[in-house]
Amino acid sequence: MVTGIMSAALPSSRTAVPDEVRQIRRTGFSVGLATGLYGISYGALATATGLDLWQAMVLSAVLISGGSQFAFVGVIGAGLAIGAALASILLGVRNSLYGLALSRVLPRGGWRGAARAQLTIDESAATSASGTTPEAARAGFWAAGVWVYVFWNLFSLAGALVGQFVSDPGAWGLDAAAAAAFLALLWPRLRSGETIAIAVAAAFVALLTTPVLPSGLPVLAAAMVAVVAGLWPSRGRTEGEQR
Amino acid sequence: MSMLWIAAIAASLASFVQKWLGYQVPSEVLERPRVARVTRLLPIALLGALVAVQTATDGAAIVADARLAAVGVAAVLLVLRAPFLVVVISAAAAAAALRALGWG
Repeated sequence: MVTGIMSAALPSSRTAVPDEVRQIRRTGFSVGLATGLYGISYGALATATGLDLWQAMVLSAVLISGGSQFAFVGVIGAGLAIGAALASILLGVRNSLYGLALSRVLPRGGWRGAARAQLTIDESAATSASGTTPEAARAGFWAAGVWVYVFWNLFSLAGALVGQFVSDPGAWGLDAAAAAAFLALLWPRLRSGETIAIAVAAAFVALLTTPVLPSGLPVLAAAMVAVVAGLWPSRGRTEGEQR
Repeated sequence: MSMLWIAAIAASLASFVQKWLGYQVPSEVLERPRVARVTRLLPIALLGALVAVQTATDGAAIVADARLAAVGVAAVLLVLRAPFLVVVISAAAAAAALRALGWG
């Protein structure tokens, strides 16, 4: 938000603040459209791997958190409903952290209090964080949250309708699409040697336990890698870098 | 009601509660270094595991098929900073093409 910083530095703050707010609303719209588009791949995967149209759409309308929805569908593909819910819930833990960071700028009570919770996802938190004033942070949260919600639901419906007519997901490469989607969601998080080591270790744990655990559980066993690594007495350096 | 519906509704309600809880929890709890570290690392471990399981397993067996090549294509595109949709569609196309040729 270079322009935001520059205009905030201008003496005439009456015009400067709305400028940044307008700008961040536009950013929120683009983020919403870009994110919404890959709702197509979610919807198609969901119905091609065995969810019906309504189940796919309940996840988009009520659960709404891309990573959790892909995880749910991925584990359902492996055949374990409870495992799917657990994987989805574990991936959603980060949304609690966003709420913590956002609680300072967003309204508390009434229907807006419920709406802010429902729209607390990666994209709205990130857009909000790019705002340099509380007003811009608020505007960014609502713009990205609302537009992601609208486009994500529209495009997952389109994808789900298409997915229903796919009788063999494998022939269309949809199973590989799911694997690639997970990799693409993981990619931006691999910013340090530590995170790469954890991703690789978790992949190994999942593969090693696949022959011995019921399907769905290897992913949860791998989650223990994060718990162990996180609780391990840490070198103070990484703590300081976090925020 | 099927298990699938129960799981979908449970996951959906849990998701809302998680989001809502973030606004209620006193910030000291989540700002504890170890809690913060676990919550930061959890998505990484889960996504790493999901990539592995979705790429290289079939039921209880470890397999190498067209998906492995497709994920390789996805990795190359991610290195080249391709957008999400391009990565996903290219991977699907790669796997579909390989299977049409009779491999994997």
